[in-house]
Amino acid sequence: MLELFAIPLVKIVVLIGALMTVTAYLVLLERKMAAWVQDRRGPDRVGVPLTKIRLFGLGQPLADGLKFLFKEEFTPRHVEPLLYTLAPVVTLASALAIYAVIPMGDTLPLKIGASGANLSMVVAPGCDVGLLYIFALSSIAVYGVILGGWASNDKYSFLGGLRTSAQMVAYELPLGLGILGVVLVSGSLDLGKIIHQQADSGLWFAFTQPLGLVVFVVAAFAEAARLPFDLPECEQELVGGYHTEYSGMRLITFLIAEFMHMVTVSFLIVILFFGGWHFWGLTGSGPVESWGQGILRIGVLMAKVFGVILFFMMVRWSWPRFRFDQLMSLAWKVMLPQGLLNLALMAVLCEPFIAERIGSRHWGVFLLISWAVALLAWLVTALVQPSGPENSPQRVEPSI
Amino acid sequence: MSWHALEFYFLALMACAFALAVVFAANVVRMAFYLILSLGATAGLFFLAGADFVGAMQLMMYVGGTLVLLVFGVMLTAQGPWVSIRTSGGEWVLAALVGGSLLAVLVPTAMRLDPAPNHEHAAVPGTAHKSENKAPDAKASTEPQTTRPTATRIGLGLIGAPTSGTSGYLLPFEAISIHLLVVLIGAAYLARPKRRARPKLVESDEA
Repeated sequence: MLELFAIPLVKIVVLIGALMTVTAYLVLLERKMAAWVQDRRGPDRVGVPLTKIRLFGLGQPLADGLKFLFKEEFTPRHVEPLLYTLAPVVTLASALAIYAVIPMGDTLPLKIGASGANLSMVVAPGCDVGLLYIFALSSIAVYGVILGGWASNDKYSFLGGLRTSAQMVAYELPLGLGILGVVLVSGSLDLGKIIHQQADSGLWFAFTQPLGLVVFVVAAFAEAARLPFDLPECEQELVGGYHTEYSGMRLITFLIAEFMHMVTVSFLIVILFFGGWHFWGLTGSGPVESWGQGILRIGVLMAKVFGVILFFMMVRWSWPRFRFDQLMSLAWKVMLPQGLLNLALMAVLCEPFIAERIGSRHWGVFLLISWAVALLAWLVTALVQPSGPENSPQRVEPSI
Repeated sequence: MSWHALEFYFLALMACAFALAVVFAANVVRMAFYLILSLGATAGLFFLAGADFVGAMQLMMYVGGTLVLLVFGVMLTAQGPWVSIRTSGGEWVLAALVGGSLLAVLVPTAMRLDPAPNHEHAAVPGTAHKSENKAPDAKASTEPQTTRPTATRIGLGLIGAPTSGTSGYLLPFEAISIHLLVVLIGAAYLARPKRRARPKLVESDEA
């Protein structure tokens, strides 16, 4: 009973509690960062309630959360009541369920129960099809958007839902192609095993598959609807989006889920391409032996994920938004061919190199080839410009 | 009643109930939503049976792929705000005929199955260590690495690896791949931008 129910339940409670708190404070960090980039101060007033203590604005997430909780739950009369209510639930549930297979570290030498196994830092350890599971759930996340936009029964929401789901469906392909190279080389769909493999060879997949990394990161930005691709909710030009008709708790459910997607893809980027909890000369590569090592691995993983999240936030304030046709042609004309090229390259290189394990004497050749192909691919893309700018106002031929 | 049975009945009930809801609902998008839930519950049944690869594939292909397209199509072609479908009498008869004949095939097949088909399946998570006698194999229940990796086995079986003992499905697999490639090219051809010759200014006609 203990192993079957108690441990996973405790893990789930700790994980969701931590995720929600961290999400709230990441939003504060994002606002602070926006302020820093734009030379403002950002939220710095809210501190301990009922006192004058400001505490650098650390009370802001709490205040925001309370505000959303106490806001009136207004349901417009023209909506489809069932699906209107369910859409945010579907979105958040699929965003949270992904964390069942995402490792938060390696293991801790804490023996619980009859077996002598270490306490794993995954809710569902050893899930053999972990990556497939993540993909399945991320494709379910589209439903929240579609149903929310449709059930709102409003033209802007409906168009927003269509726009968002088209974007998500289009970028699911490059996302999968970026991952497939890693799966091919590591030979496993289990995230824990993929990390262990990178730790054993000491060679993160970011170095061996630069092309795959770029494709995956770009697709991840689009899937998480972060700024260069945040057409789902651009308040300035396109009247919000699928959640125009939502307010209060339902709105924040959508927003949390969207923010959570960013954290998820940050975890995926780190785990698949940046070695997960591994760092040279610091964490070791074998199974965990001591408490210090176990905690250090958790710390390294979290630090890397935090770094990737900071990168996401920096990009948000550095790039203008794409237009919808640019977004689509980037997916289909640039990212898809590059992803296919990466997959083909890995399939070709796999045969001679993986047979005798990378990390042996030939990995230099492997690196050289993959980087040469990646640079060539980027160069060709830059020269050909398949997603052509077409931004300039064009002179219309006078028709007679 | 063991946990495994309880979970099975819950998921099976969900799949059946939402399948019925698909039939009796009048609103197209609601139908699609019930179909999502029904197929999701079916995926849950696969997971429960230890076929995690098939379960994940069910979620990915049907729930995440086919149905998204379906809902997409409905939304793009819908004329009014709430599309509703009334089933005519002839359609009821036809559907009952097709569904009934499928049921007539499936029920005898299911009844003829050996209740305890394979001892090898005893190691599947859900059947063994979710039942009452989990004391002996407690080691196996917390060591998920020892459960069978289904994805690897399916892959090996597909290409006909010598370990699986089957002849493999490499040829059908390749045939399907070619077929899908042809379909893809056809779709790309149909969807290509129609290139029209740019209308030129014809001056001689004006003169």
